[in-house]
Amino acid sequence: MTTNILLAGFGGQGILFAGKFLAYNGLIEEKQISWLPSYGPEMRGGTANCSVIISDEPVGSPIVTNPDVLIVMNLPSLDKYEKAVVPGGKIFVDSTLIDRKVAREDVDVFYIPATQMAKQMGAPTLANMIISGKLIKETGVVSYGKVEAALKKVVSAKHADLLSVNLEAVTKGYEFK
Amino acid sequence: MAEKVLMKGNEAIAEAAIRAGCRHYFGYPITPQTEVAAYMAKRMPKIGGTFLQAESEISAINMVYGVAGTGKRVMTSSSSPGVSLKQEGISYIAGADLPALIVNVQRGGPGLGGIQPSQSDYFQATKGGGHGDYHLIVLTPASVQEMADMTALAFDLADKYRMPAMLLADGTMGQMMEPVELPAENCNTVEKPWAVTGTKMQREHNIINSLYLVPEQLEKTNFDRYEKYKIIEENEVRYESYMMEDAEYCIVAFGIAARVSKNAITALREQGVKVGLIRPITVWPFPVKPIREAAEKVKAFVSVELSMGQMIEDIRLAQECKKPVILCNRAGGMIPSPEQIIETVKNLQGGNE
Repeated sequence: MTTNILLAGFGGQGILFAGKFLAYNGLIEEKQISWLPSYGPEMRGGTANCSVIISDEPVGSPIVTNPDVLIVMNLPSLDKYEKAVVPGGKIFVDSTLIDRKVAREDVDVFYIPATQMAKQMGAPTLANMIISGKLIKETGVVSYGKVEAALKKVVSAKHADLLSVNLEAVTKGYEFK
Repeated sequence: MAEKVLMKGNEAIAEAAIRAGCRHYFGYPITPQTEVAAYMAKRMPKIGGTFLQAESEISAINMVYGVAGTGKRVMTSSSSPGVSLKQEGISYIAGADLPALIVNVQRGGPGLGGIQPSQSDYFQATKGGGHGDYHLIVLTPASVQEMADMTALAFDLADKYRMPAMLLADGTMGQMMEPVELPAENCNTVEKPWAVTGTKMQREHNIINSLYLVPEQLEKTNFDRYEKYKIIEENEVRYESYMMEDAEYCIVAFGIAARVSKNAITALREQGVKVGLIRPITVWPFPVKPIREAAEKVKAFVSVELSMGQMIEDIRLAQECKKPVILCNRAGGMIPSPEQIIETVKNLQGGNE
């Protein structure tokens, strides 16, 4: 079993961080994983994306061109990657920031007002973690039980005080219906 | 077993170098290898080492030359345009028979090119690179784990043979994160009676030099060096053979190209196509013998490269053109897809051999 995940949005939305969080979840569950960022001349406000592969087999190419699972956090990313998702794949849309619907009918789509939910919980930068929580719930690619351990790996010691709010955001997304 | 951590390839190189006893790093920032320098800048001052951002690549490589002369483990890292600038110094280091590590996290060229991954410095890395007759030992990691392991190995081989070694990676290997088990602290360094460490008035001066104005003497250093290269070609070839037992087609690829090729092989095998991979881990010395042996069994070779076709020449030479070698490539920062490789192999199968 191999799950190819692509996360895309604006720089500054925590796309790479969310990818790292999912990758660490996989690592803790002793899966094979890879994480590859786009590293173009990006900056805050530009586009950012990252490929995460979580697998039971050794990972071949770390590049995800046809994702099984796609997270999009802005409209250009949905426009760019919607067609690339494999039939039967799953798309997670931040519906606060993207007001159009996914046109494809051969994929499962989940609309989460992640940015709005993040604002409501007083942590406007954690939409990425809310949408990741929903991804964990709907794909089962990693289990919710190891989320806290994975967060401890990705939230730097300097920001340890942000651990609980990150966990809260993931949980909010996980429980979102 | 040590705990596995997620690290970028570039960071793994830096940490592995420190664990291999390297305490001197000289560099100049350039995408996509800057994390090596950033990591060194953070760690070296804490462990009594030297991190120095030089005013240019040329300056950095000459600082490497200087420390190498003292016998200390030393390294520099850069990406393609920066490595071109270092070539004069690398030639001097090779001419003075000094061990050092040069890391090239390749990007597309020529010229300033782009910042996306490439393998188009293959000729430069494997055929010398600077002026004069010389080689570097060139290792090509294909995972973050290998970025760490081969950094340690490169230091060991450089010390053992008293010559510069190169880690030839690319932008994806530098930027990607994978779980890595870092090598233990280990400085397998050798005795270096040639090093300039001060005579303490107890021995003759050691002289580090690459200038020989008497041609007979200069010729002798070249002949001696090539005797050493013969020993390396016999003993230090490293490669991975993957699904070659019954293969009718042999893909040859290193680094990221080998990773993509494995995806293509999985798909092709599912369709009943007998295809395997020889992955050179050292590209100098090149795995001549395994290629030559494969030529006895396979119908054709496919060279998968992120260049306009450079390694393909070594594949042809290794088996003296007994079997055709077809190029499957992208260039300029693009990466061949598994589909492109699958199509190339299937075209061969169609009888266009």
